[in-house]
Amino acid sequence: MSVTTTRPAPPAAPEERVPAKRNHKRARRTFGFHLVAGGLSVLWLLPIVLVITTSVRSFSDIASNGLGALPHSFDLSSFGEAWGVGGGGHAMLNSFIVTIPTVLLSLLLASAAAFALSRFQIPFRRTIILVMLSGNLLPPQILLVPVSKLSELLGIYDTLTALIIVQVGFGLGFYTFVLQGFMRSIPDEIQQAALIDGAGPIAIFWRIILPMTRPALAALGALAFTWTFNDLLWSITVLRTETVMPVTPALLGLQGQYVSNWNVIAAGSVIAAVPTVAVFLRFQKHFISGLAIGAIK
Amino acid sequence: MAVLAAPAASVKRRRRAVRRVPPTLLLFVLVPLAVEGFWVFWPALQGFYLSLTKWDGVSAPTFVGLDNYAEMLSDDIFGTAALDTVIWIVLFGGLSAAGGLGLAMLLNRERKGVGFYRAALFTPVVFSLVATALIWQAIYQPDGVFNNVLGAIGLDSWKHSWLADPDTALYAVLVPALWRQLGYVMVLYLAGLKGIDPVLYEAAKLDGATAWQQFRHVTWPQLRSVNSVVLSVIIIDSLRSFDVVWSMTKGGPYHSSELLSTYMYSTAFQSLRLGYASALAVVIFVLAFGVIVTYLVRAFREDQ
Repeated sequence: MSVTTTRPAPPAAPEERVPAKRNHKRARRTFGFHLVAGGLSVLWLLPIVLVITTSVRSFSDIASNGLGALPHSFDLSSFGEAWGVGGGGHAMLNSFIVTIPTVLLSLLLASAAAFALSRFQIPFRRTIILVMLSGNLLPPQILLVPVSKLSELLGIYDTLTALIIVQVGFGLGFYTFVLQGFMRSIPDEIQQAALIDGAGPIAIFWRIILPMTRPALAALGALAFTWTFNDLLWSITVLRTETVMPVTPALLGLQGQYVSNWNVIAAGSVIAAVPTVAVFLRFQKHFISGLAIGAIK
Repeated sequence: MAVLAAPAASVKRRRRAVRRVPPTLLLFVLVPLAVEGFWVFWPALQGFYLSLTKWDGVSAPTFVGLDNYAEMLSDDIFGTAALDTVIWIVLFGGLSAAGGLGLAMLLNRERKGVGFYRAALFTPVVFSLVATALIWQAIYQPDGVFNNVLGAIGLDSWKHSWLADPDTALYAVLVPALWRQLGYVMVLYLAGLKGIDPVLYEAAKLDGATAWQQFRHVTWPQLRSVNSVVLSVIIIDSLRSFDVVWSMTKGGPYHSSELLSTYMYSTAFQSLRLGYASALAVVIFVLAFGVIVTYLVRAFREDQ
């Protein structure tokens, strides 16, 4: 932001006074920039275009002309196949049953912890924050075997409940860390005023601090949705039955089921990407700022 | 004076009242801490213990001391997986850091079209790695686009099944992983570049610094904290990399694209050698340990 406003933009008028040769050079550099950046963008978008075109081709077209050929057909039945027989619809439902509670529960617990740790002198508060963060930095591999056995022991192995709890537990540390940093920047006076009015800590949390934390919650919510929705490892660790699998692991099942039906596999991939793309487009600014939190820290 | 002093004192008292922690607040901390403790720290401790046992997951684990670690020394697959993991850290980490910085430098200045270019490069970040893997698997098929392009530019002899060849499988998996990671690292660097005071560049220009000198003496030193974040992120991400490899090759063919993470998973849940798998997980933890500590130290310092 400050970059765009502070840096003096080349004013239009003096440009005419610039010798023709320099002007020419600038035009050439602008052209070069668009050539490189445009070329890279096309290269980056090409796989996405390919998967979409593959998904709308018919099986016989792919079989006779080859997977890499230009499309000779337009057929949307692959989407019906991936959604219905392939189990995509059911998997999508599972994904939402997991993702929505995971995001809400993670953010609720994390913001409660962040509120207490940032607005009050909790003993050992700094240690607690760092211990919580360190849990999120652990490589998940060290947890896989014990977590799968723990969920068996509790009788929730192969249920979506297990997947929700595991993902909440693992994500909490990072969300708490980010939220407490944000909450500490909220001025103390607001809390003082509410306290004088006789508000208890729960009221201060729910009515004052939480609403003021909304930008951070939106950023983390968008990120948490994407991470949870795209998860593979935790799903295949605590789930086994095909019918309880969310979209991401189900996509691997679809691939096994439709080995060379690339149109159905491509349709499945497109379906699986729709929710996260939608969240990204809706919360674009929050999403990017959420990712950048890591860099500024 | 006295009139002014009185409210000040009462404010002070009130402030102290805030500082006293109400018991409900302890629950605010203890509940999340208990959830994380039960589902992360307790399992992690078990993981370390299990690495010292032999266990099939059915009967009780038997304590074998450091046998699992000794076994790694003579395990060829472990050797391949460890080597591949190092290659992965260097290539996946190195290329995504260098490429992400390059892209951020290219797309830093606000100008016409730059928003579109950034969005295009960032889009793959929101896809799951499984979807990414499937998209690229189609591209790599013998009759897929990649081989067709090679044929079209006269490189017919290069055509082959990239994922089925032990010599190329790991690198074929690396490309989609980079396709998705570069946009993410670019965003981190863009945030870092935005934080550099433009006055520094103006001063450098006045001194007649070339573009390279500006990068070398202004941009690079200013990016120091972002660089260390990116370094932590890419090492942690490299060691965690699992989805893309598992979806494309499951570590094959003949373990040629095996990473420690995929080897650990198949040892645990396919071979059901839970003790040995836990030991492999401990190796991954040890590799990540330095980075985790560095990250925590920085978080601690900045959390003043």
